[in-house]
Amino acid sequence: MINLQKVSKFYSNTKAVDDISFEVKEGETLVLLGTSGCGKTTTLRMINRLTEPTQGIIQLNQINILNQSPEELRRGIGYVLQHHGLFPHYTVAENIAIVPRLMKWNKPRIEKRTDELLEKLHLSSANYRSLYPDQLSGGQQQRVGLARALAAEPPILLMDEPFGALDTVTRRSIRKEFRELDELRRKTIVMVTHDVQEAFELGDRICLMDKGKIVQIGKPADLLFSPANDFVRSFMQQQRLQLELQVIKLADIWDMLMPVELKVRIEKEIPADSSVWAALELLSEDQHSSDYLYITCKDNRQKQLDISSLMAAFAHYKTNLPNG
Amino acid sequence: MDEQQSLWSFMMQQSGKLLEQTFQHIGLTFISLFLSILIGVPLGVWISDKQKYSGLILGFAGILQTIPSIALLGFMIPLLGIGENPAIVALMLYAFLPIIRNTYTGLTGVNSSVIDAAKGMGMSASQILLKVKLPLAMPVILAGIRTATVINVGVATLAAYIGAGGLGEFIFGGIALNNTNMILAGAIPAALLAILFDFLLSKVQKLNVKKARTATWAVSVLLIVFSSFYLLPQAYGSKMLAGFTPEFMGRSDGYLGLKDKYDLRVRTVVISDAVMYKAAYESKLDVISGYSTDGRLKAYDLVVLQDDKTIFPPYYAAPIVRLEILQKFPEIGPVLNLLSGIINDSIMTELNYRVDYLKQSPEKVAKDFLIDKKLYKEPRNGNKGVIRMGSKIFGEQYILIQMYTMLMQANTDLKVETKTGLGGTKICFDALTNNQIDLYPEYTGTGLLVILKTPAKIVERIISNKDSVFNYVQQEFSRRYQIKWLRPIGFNNAYALMMRRKQAEDLKIQTISQLKMYIDKD
Repeated sequence: MINLQKVSKFYSNTKAVDDISFEVKEGETLVLLGTSGCGKTTTLRMINRLTEPTQGIIQLNQINILNQSPEELRRGIGYVLQHHGLFPHYTVAENIAIVPRLMKWNKPRIEKRTDELLEKLHLSSANYRSLYPDQLSGGQQQRVGLARALAAEPPILLMDEPFGALDTVTRRSIRKEFRELDELRRKTIVMVTHDVQEAFELGDRICLMDKGKIVQIGKPADLLFSPANDFVRSFMQQQRLQLELQVIKLADIWDMLMPVELKVRIEKEIPADSSVWAALELLSEDQHSSDYLYITCKDNRQKQLDISSLMAAFAHYKTNLPNG
Repeated sequence: MDEQQSLWSFMMQQSGKLLEQTFQHIGLTFISLFLSILIGVPLGVWISDKQKYSGLILGFAGILQTIPSIALLGFMIPLLGIGENPAIVALMLYAFLPIIRNTYTGLTGVNSSVIDAAKGMGMSASQILLKVKLPLAMPVILAGIRTATVINVGVATLAAYIGAGGLGEFIFGGIALNNTNMILAGAIPAALLAILFDFLLSKVQKLNVKKARTATWAVSVLLIVFSSFYLLPQAYGSKMLAGFTPEFMGRSDGYLGLKDKYDLRVRTVVISDAVMYKAAYESKLDVISGYSTDGRLKAYDLVVLQDDKTIFPPYYAAPIVRLEILQKFPEIGPVLNLLSGIINDSIMTELNYRVDYLKQSPEKVAKDFLIDKKLYKEPRNGNKGVIRMGSKIFGEQYILIQMYTMLMQANTDLKVETKTGLGGTKICFDALTNNQIDLYPEYTGTGLLVILKTPAKIVERIISNKDSVFNYVQQEFSRRYQIKWLRPIGFNNAYALMMRRKQAEDLKIQTISQLKMYIDKD
């Protein structure tokens, strides 16, 4: 859906982006990951022509983006900024309605869409729609920013450090909300972040950049278990264990899971495509049940597990990995 | 013009005039502000986009601001004549700096992530400007407009100097007449206007960013309403427009007398002496208050209207000398009297014309005249003593002093020292009574009204007869100050109403009464 071919951006004598090519498939989320100054934001901004590339071709649906006026192109691409970029003189509802208005939607349609979005983002419309951005919390502002980007139902979403300005706690909860938002699942998304955790949590694929070049592009597990070089390895070194727990799914370790004897019947279930991390989180959710067992299911088969059986399977799986 | 009168009663008595001036003042302030916004805001928008020109434009606006207001008004006269147009343009230029600068600062200060968002959502450049940048910059722009308004209320007082009206008429009239009530009657309303507008605009400014739309509307409506004030006073008026100096406006032997004795009802503007004659010549004014021997009378082909009801006292010039000196050097009396009777009004006007308008030196003009009258002789270079002569600070007095010097050097053995350019009547007269000078030329009317401060009753009785006035001042000066009035030179440099010769002839107007009849007709 999005296709970059040999794209570069030079500023007088520095190469901000140096000969980059990648493709993002429909419905996929690609995360551009890297330290500040690595060219990830510039790459993102070239897709909606906020920055024009010095060289190379960018295509959306096999059509060169230069064939459209920048304004028209941008109206078809949702854009979420780090510092929300909400208009301080517009109410929440007015902010959300900006692109639909530019596209000359009629009033009832705009109203309906605004209410729908506010509902989905847990900003129940009666309370929030007529507030101004400075009356909202940081998390709320960011949610309105997302609602604004989604308002005109663009197939593509560009997100520039969308959670960068939030504190860790708010960040985690909003990230969770984002993951659960059905509208986002259908979108083709390019997201910029410097947070490895975030990249692993949200990205179908990760594109790790350094000094304007792509170091490695692939699924999170590829980066983790078959890093292209030491840079990739060292980039994830600090959070390696947690990342591994996140990357490995219960289904991956199914065969290594030793069944344990059921002590107390617990109703909680977790799908097999969940990560080991998610299972751990569920296990330690409340203190009383933490020692007890959970059931996973796959092809209608079920297994019971506790923390020790889970960790044992995880360790077993890792030793069997080619580069483990 | 009773000095004892209270400020309040003065303002009540002049309430009509005061109201008119206040309206004019508000109108001037806001019309110019309006134009300044119309030009300044787009200019500010432009330089916020083209940063490389910002230094140039802001520097230029800054330079405009440093030009003294009165000089800026002066520069406007050759370009735009007199009256409201040059005043409005000058005020507009003054308001430029705060308006352009604040527009620029406001626009460049808009949060860049908001603009980025606007761009990223597909707004066009003009949509970003109108819907995002300008509304968000509005509080800063309004602050600039507020500053400009207060500046304009102040500078607009100076507009009275070039006949644009406003509260400056009272202020400068009051200064010229040394009338504190009159100054305050202009200054207090002007200050109140500044405070009022500052307050109103501060209210508008506080309608924060979210109400930018409301604020913009409020300011626009305010501007248009107040600008229209300027048009109100001009809705009425007469066929003729008179331009009078601030001093003339307030004197009983000036405009007040014209109203009292002639019942002359003419639309007037206040204007400075420096531009008045030219304005009459250019048909910007129809009637002006001038001095009857002013050289510009000739230069601009104006005629003096006859004062048929005698409200202007005679101002016959004559040398006045300390008696002590006349006793010490008795020969100077006859020498000073040599000029007596040979210079009439038209001759003096001609001489003034050569100095004021043709820019010949007073010395050359004096010498040419004496040679022509066969009075010129080579100086004797005598060594008998010194005689010190003074003069006031205008051309006519310089010419007279040059003549007296030449006559004195040729006909006596005395040496002459001159102290020309003494600021005014008071300075000249004080110099004479304090033995700093020995003589200077004075005018009978000035002696009567300014120096002797003769009671109104006596003035009333003697004013119509020039000889009675001369006899009265001669008698009183010698009694009170031991100063002698020698024989009058012969010309009368009095206040006079003047018109263009052509217009006066076309309308067959020769006297002030005929002027009044013409104005009141139909």
